[in-house]
Amino acid sequence: MKLQTATRLGLYAVLELARDPEQTLSSADLAERFGVSNHHLAKVLGTLSNAGLVRGGRGALGGYRFIGNRRRITLMDIVALFEPAPGQRAREPGEETDIGAALQRVLLEIDEIAEATLRSISLETMLRPK
Amino acid sequence: MVAIRLVQAADLPKISALDARLTGSEKPAYWQDMLAPGRHFLLSETEKGALAGFIAGEIRAWEFGQPPAGWVFAIQIDPRLRLKGVGTALFEALVARFKAEGVTRVRTLVDRKDHLILSFFRAQGMVAGPSLQLDKDLS
Repeated sequence: MKLQTATRLGLYAVLELARDPEQTLSSADLAERFGVSNHHLAKVLGTLSNAGLVRGGRGALGGYRFIGNRRRITLMDIVALFEPAPGQRAREPGEETDIGAALQRVLLEIDEIAEATLRSISLETMLRPK
Repeated sequence: MVAIRLVQAADLPKISALDARLTGSEKPAYWQDMLAPGRHFLLSETEKGALAGFIAGEIRAWEFGQPPAGWVFAIQIDPRLRLKGVGTALFEALVARFKAEGVTRVRTLVDRKDHLILSFFRAQGMVAGPSLQLDKDLS
């Protein structure tokens, strides 16, 4: 399964912040930790903040903190902020043909299994020590 | 605090009633079958003796070509007593019985749209197994 860069960054950021809800990390801290662009990560954190998953502070003590419920929030809740919902993709050329429709049924099956997996894994489960 | 014990025949009406309330379908004969020898049918009850939940499973050898493993057939928890560790306690008790019989794997089948129960099993450390379930509409 291929996730967009913003989705992966969103998952990284939420999981890192949810690891310790007391900690505050700046966008630059997180970008350095994951070796990604600070500019790109700042935009992702804005989306996460608008969704009520993290809260950002301003000034010298600025940074982001996780404010969600680790037991309730699943990986799918984060993925859904950045990826099109299953079945809501723009139609592709050829989908109206028999072969195109048959291929769509297979791709939908894969999407449904992926969604079930992502929706069944809470942040709490992800962060539990192995 | 809940206690866990083996299900007795006298418990079946309340088990069947809880399941019917949660699933919308009555299947008393199915629950009766769970009392057969070799099956593990456990319930948890509150200090006042009220049914908190139940779990049923069995060890199956070479099912679908797989080595012996413990299968979880069913688990139901009274919605008023969820998120209090009842399901985890039942699951752990069943797994302990499977281990005592020498198996090293536990598996189950879950409706992929039932995110609640999928999340529960994930939280117990279960991951996608080696098999894919396939089916076909015969109507």
